[in-house]
Amino acid sequence: MEKRVTFKGWLLPLLLIAPQVIISAVFFFYPAGQAIWQSLFIPDPFGLSSQFVGLGNFEFLLGDPFYRAAFLTTAVFSILVTVCSMIPALFLAVIADRLIKGSGVYRTMLIWPYAVAPAVAGVLWLFMFNTRVGVVSWYLGQLGYDWNHVLNGGEAMGLVVVASAWGRISYNFLFFFAALQSVPRSVIEAAAIDGAHFWRRFFTIVLPLITPTAFFLLVVNVVYAFFETFGVIHTITGGGPQQTTTILVYKVFSDGFVGQDLGSSSAQSVILLFVVGLLTVIQFKYVEKRVHY
Amino acid sequence: MKSHLLGAIAATTMLSPVAAMAQTEVQFWHAFTGRLGELVAAQVEEFNAGQSDYVVVQSHKGNYSETLNAGIAAFRAQEQPHILMVFEVGTATMMAAEGAVRPVFEVMAESGATFDSDAYIGAVKGYYTTTDGDMLSLPFNSSTPVLWVNRNAFEAAGVDPDMDLSTWENVGAALDALKAGGSECPLVTAWQSWIHLENFSAYHDVPFASKDNGFAGLDTELMLNGEAQIAHLTAMQEWAQDGKFIYTGRRNEGGANFRAGECALFTESSAGYAGIKAEAEFDFDVRPLPYWQAVASEPQNTIIGGASLWVMAGHEAEEYAGVGEFLAFLSSSGVQAQWHQDTGYLPITAEAGEATKMAGFYEENPGTDVAVMQMTANEPTANSKGLRLGSFDQIRGIIDEELEAIWSGDKTPQEAMDSAKARGDALLRRFEQANG
Repeated sequence: MEKRVTFKGWLLPLLLIAPQVIISAVFFFYPAGQAIWQSLFIPDPFGLSSQFVGLGNFEFLLGDPFYRAAFLTTAVFSILVTVCSMIPALFLAVIADRLIKGSGVYRTMLIWPYAVAPAVAGVLWLFMFNTRVGVVSWYLGQLGYDWNHVLNGGEAMGLVVVASAWGRISYNFLFFFAALQSVPRSVIEAAAIDGAHFWRRFFTIVLPLITPTAFFLLVVNVVYAFFETFGVIHTITGGGPQQTTTILVYKVFSDGFVGQDLGSSSAQSVILLFVVGLLTVIQFKYVEKRVHY
Repeated sequence: MKSHLLGAIAATTMLSPVAAMAQTEVQFWHAFTGRLGELVAAQVEEFNAGQSDYVVVQSHKGNYSETLNAGIAAFRAQEQPHILMVFEVGTATMMAAEGAVRPVFEVMAESGATFDSDAYIGAVKGYYTTTDGDMLSLPFNSSTPVLWVNRNAFEAAGVDPDMDLSTWENVGAALDALKAGGSECPLVTAWQSWIHLENFSAYHDVPFASKDNGFAGLDTELMLNGEAQIAHLTAMQEWAQDGKFIYTGRRNEGGANFRAGECALFTESSAGYAGIKAEAEFDFDVRPLPYWQAVASEPQNTIIGGASLWVMAGHEAEEYAGVGEFLAFLSSSGVQAQWHQDTGYLPITAEAGEATKMAGFYEENPGTDVAVMQMTANEPTANSKGLRLGSFDQIRGIIDEELEAIWSGDKTPQEAMDSAKARGDALLRRFEQANG
């Protein structure tokens, strides 16, 4: 039997959901509506005049090979950031879970990088890999490898991925660690008595039991890679060399705030809204089927 | 306790309107920090102390792009400042915003402040005037690219530092010799699009864009894929491939390499003077920007970079009078000469240049006059007056991307510049549509 609470009248239920509705309306529906509205116009920067162009902005964007290339860049970047932030986090959580002594210190140290803002993380990594004074690039030079992310697109991509994933490992670690702690000891001990070694127990028992957390993190990390990595890219590469690290969000910024082209920028925001919506639907429809709650 | 508080409130509410009536406030938003920020603050303070009718309030609003954005956002919220500093590439955006800005010549005429537009150096003023000669914004900080030479690096590589470096042909020979002499970084540059395309075109009197580089209309197209530009980029690409030209980034990252003494030659703004003088532990020279003898028998003039001051619309008449006074103060020759000597930016009036020469500054600081001479050597032509292109900040971004493809060897100069033209023209057409 499902438990249901029934309210008498409308006032109380409306009041109870009002905060959520108001916040969504002010911070999501209103701006999203504005973006959709503005995407139909080409305005001048000062808002003195604007012309209705219908779907012209979308036509302009989708006809631009460099915009289409940004989709691919975004896909590569998001997948790499998600993989590079989730797998090490899971590994560290498994190790931390086995620790008996000193796990508190270990955990605290691992959580620290999360407190570093993306732009600051970007500057830190840029400093280490700076082609002239960077510590890491100097060592690479000693080993005979000429590091130059200013001209080499692959190296630039690698650097922004690592810088974006680094702080995120802490966040993922926290969730994985909590999930691992909640796996019932009795199940693991039963498997151990049956002779299953550690990694076997991990893959057949622990991993399936923490899939809800892993799934949650997958969604959250993809959204992170899409929207919150702006600071890292802006400080490290500015989208270059050429356009190898220009992801969709970065292009929204450069068209809107460097190019003052608010029509195109709004149209890109709308496209981004649909892409992320679509991705979330796909994740819930297909990936979630493999999740055991 | 309570009566004290009330008393304080009464006192402040009584005093503040009196203060506001006595002095009209003029808001001035700029993009300078550090030493330049201090110098601007000092100028404002001097103006405020020198008269009692107006008080100028200066605020720093981030870098050039951020300052422009802040001004635009403020205008949309109807809280715009009176004076906004806009970098030279934002000129077309500001010009097209009729109704948001007030032309400087008009503000000056109404305010009754002394203003003679002929007093300004042609090549500086030209960037900010209409084709009819009306000044739209007041040039504030202007610089032009020159060639910086590390004499010690030349000597270390066994090359004579006094050799003639006035042409790119000679620079090419110098780069060969430097490389052969073991130099790790013979040539480095800052602001690649500004120096190696925009100024290159003006200096060789070839168009960068049609319609007089955009001065004569919004229906302009890029012409940076011309024969002369391609020839230059082809040479630069070879130098990049041979390790004679080192690419360090889109902005002025190369300055760090040069100031640390690693690089022998550096193409950079004349305003790099203060930094190089402060940090360089080697002997350096300032030389005019080289030109290709094969392209032009003698160089035309270079164009400026930097920023100008725009007057925003929507304020009271008496506030504009204050704006006029302040702008007249800024362009007075004493203030300009001091600014020129402190920063390495060009003097904006001929008189300020003369005053600096009379004071013996150029003799004590050899090379500081190179930029002035290079700018004023010839009367500017339609190709060397400046650039007026919409969305130009973003077009520079495109040019940077395409130049990176050249330096890395992914594209030939012709392919890259054809692509830059096609992509840039698309943005110009959008700008035309938005502002036409």
